[in-house]
Amino acid sequence: MTSSVATRPQQPPPARARSHRSIPARLLVAPSVILLVLWMVVPLAMAIWFAFQRYNLLIPDNREFVGFANFAYILTDPTLWISIGITLVLVVSVLAITIGLGTVLAVLFNQEFPGRGIARVLAISPFFVMPTVSALIWKNMLMHPVNGLFAQITRGLGLGAIDWFADFPLLAIIIIVAWQWLPFSLLILLTAIQSLDTDQMEAARMDGASAMQLFRFVVLPHLNRAIAVVAMIETIFFLTIFAEIFVTTGGGPGLATTNLAYYIYLKALLEFDVGGASAGGLIAVVLANIVAIFLMRSVARNLDT
Amino acid sequence: MSTVTLRDIHKTYVDNEVIKGVNLDIHDKEFVVFVGPSGCGKSTLLRMIAGLEDITSGDLLVDGERMNDVPPDQRGLAMVFQTYALYPHMTVAENMAFSLRLAGVSKERRMERARDVARILQLEPLLDRKPGKLSGGQRQRVAIGRALVRNPKVFLFDEPLSNLDASLRVQMRIELSGLHESLQSTMIYVTHDQVEAMTLADKIVVLQGGVVEQVGSPLELYHHPRNLFVAGFIGSPKMNFLSVQTTGVQDSGTTVRLPGDATITIPVQPRTLMAGDRATLGIRPEHLRIDATNPTLMGEVLVVERLGGETYLYVKVAGGDTFIVQTDGNSRAKVRDRVPVTIDGSVCHLFDGEGQAIPKAERHPLSLTRHPEVPLHTEATLEQTYEQPIQPREVPRQAE
Ligand SMILES: Nc1ncnc2c1ncn2[C@@H]1O[C@H](COP(=O)(O)OP(=O)(O)OP(=O)(O)O)[C@@H](O)[C@H]1O
Ligand SMILES: [Mg+2]
Repeated sequence: MTSSVATRPQQPPPARARSHRSIPARLLVAPSVILLVLWMVVPLAMAIWFAFQRYNLLIPDNREFVGFANFAYILTDPTLWISIGITLVLVVSVLAITIGLGTVLAVLFNQEFPGRGIARVLAISPFFVMPTVSALIWKNMLMHPVNGLFAQITRGLGLGAIDWFADFPLLAIIIIVAWQWLPFSLLILLTAIQSLDTDQMEAARMDGASAMQLFRFVVLPHLNRAIAVVAMIETIFFLTIFAEIFVTTGGGPGLATTNLAYYIYLKALLEFDVGGASAGGLIAVVLANIVAIFLMRSVARNLDT
Repeated sequence: MSTVTLRDIHKTYVDNEVIKGVNLDIHDKEFVVFVGPSGCGKSTLLRMIAGLEDITSGDLLVDGERMNDVPPDQRGLAMVFQTYALYPHMTVAENMAFSLRLAGVSKERRMERARDVARILQLEPLLDRKPGKLSGGQRQRVAIGRALVRNPKVFLFDEPLSNLDASLRVQMRIELSGLHESLQSTMIYVTHDQVEAMTLADKIVVLQGGVVEQVGSPLELYHHPRNLFVAGFIGSPKMNFLSVQTTGVQDSGTTVRLPGDATITIPVQPRTLMAGDRATLGIRPEHLRIDATNPTLMGEVLVVERLGGETYLYVKVAGGDTFIVQTDGNSRAKVRDRVPVTIDGSVCHLFDGEGQAIPKAERHPLSLTRHPEVPLHTEATLEQTYEQPIQPREVPRQAE
């Protein structure tokens, strides 16, 4: 057989017909578009507006246009750069944990074993707990150096207790957020695995693939897109982690757990510096967009093939 | 040499026995086709040979070596799946060379091998494409190529053509046949399709409910079906069956009386049937004739199916049975016509009360095994074929 590709000139649909159809369509989508614009553009415009103002709530009358002074001030503030670094560490490590562990668990939960249904429900349940509540649970019931379950266990073993939020604050936050988000990646990756054709696995077995090779060459490529989607969605949420930090460490000790979201909060509500906070917010938006563009690119490439 | 031998193979899923003791010898270079109704266990049997299903009991030998516990990749077999089962993220070349990659063959060597195989299958222009951008027929070819690359002792095919459209199926069927001719390797092939089975096979294995009903060359099954099931399964349209009464048993044949009081003599060996016994007469639609000179029966046409080249008449005959008669495409028969039907006793089949065929007095000259390596049937082995006791079947057959 030859493989010539017959290309027939594509006829564009008549332009008039298209615009005819789209007038009522545009009318119909208008309300949601307008709402979305108001919802997104108005706060953004206000943030931009405030970012160019000197506006401190302690001296609200002293309000004036200051050009880029807020940005200059924020960008030279070492705290901003520390918080950006912490944000990136937080995002990357939680992504790595949730996706790595999520993939392994998805493979395991795809096997037949007694009590699989219950195990699945249990594994997915953390997702239904509010961030504040789960942070409180971890703070007071699990990681507390005196009452916490971990401390009791390690002390029972004669190892002493770890004061998580004092000694490993960022790690503690990472664990809490990863615990919350693991179910999400597990759920998506499990459904992706279930859509894997069993014949493909069997063909690979006949080709001589070991369990590891099966995972590496058949399962993992199949999960590629799902992993990209999980990474994208999670990144968007992880860039703005707030409740877990607010409830547990309050950004401390020192600046150890101050991420960008928390930094902006500190600026706006503790220093009452609306102008500076808005400028920080804009920087956060820019950062999120840069990350999002990269992610979109890689996901789009994945979806292509 | 690559032979496959099945010895009393059983397969039980939990408590559902789906393969109930299969014995089979597959010779070197033989093209063996498994046929049978849906759910009869064809795929299960093939997958057990492949090593994808555990064998509950019995022995599987490849080249005389017991393979029951050998992992699938070390059995020296390659399988082509109905769904192709290509790796979607790999190119055609990578798909075909995947087994070599796993075996640690260098990239150059394996790409060279993939190219060689692609040449045989005319896949060369497609080597760098991903499966998603191939047509069904091309995918099927890649799947076959993936099996070829491994240079297996035995090829296993599970309904490889059933996802293709009719014309492509015919083309691939001819290509497969050519491939078998040129490779001279042993092939085991599962299909639903009568034509595929008849045209490709050296040997057809008819399965029903996990039991082998008959093994033989296509024409052997066509001319000498061993029982009612095989007689009805092989041939399209289906063989006509008619309940008859035995009136006389002679050496030259057995005479039976049809419902309309006509009698015919069928040249079968005098066996278990006695005069007065009930029996079943079988006659294929293509052997019935509409002929007014000396009609055996009169019947009324119920349905006329015109296929152009031939016409199928559904004829209701005395006694209430309906016959399918294959006649000329130019037949002028119309619905509700009364037509004379002639039955030629020499091409009829006769089955006893248990549904077992009464052996014909003479073998059909073409019905001997086609395979050159296998000795032609001698009279003695033929006798044995019929002498084998009927397999007891306590387990009710699965309907379907
Ligand atoms: N994993 C399984 N567990 C339990 N029963 C099974 C399993 N796989 C197959 N069966 C049963 O085994 C029987 C044979 O199945 P098999 O797939 O071999 O049929 P088949 O002859 O290939 O049918 P088809 O022509 O429809 O492909 C069927 O009754 C099926 O229900
Ligand atoms: Mg099947």
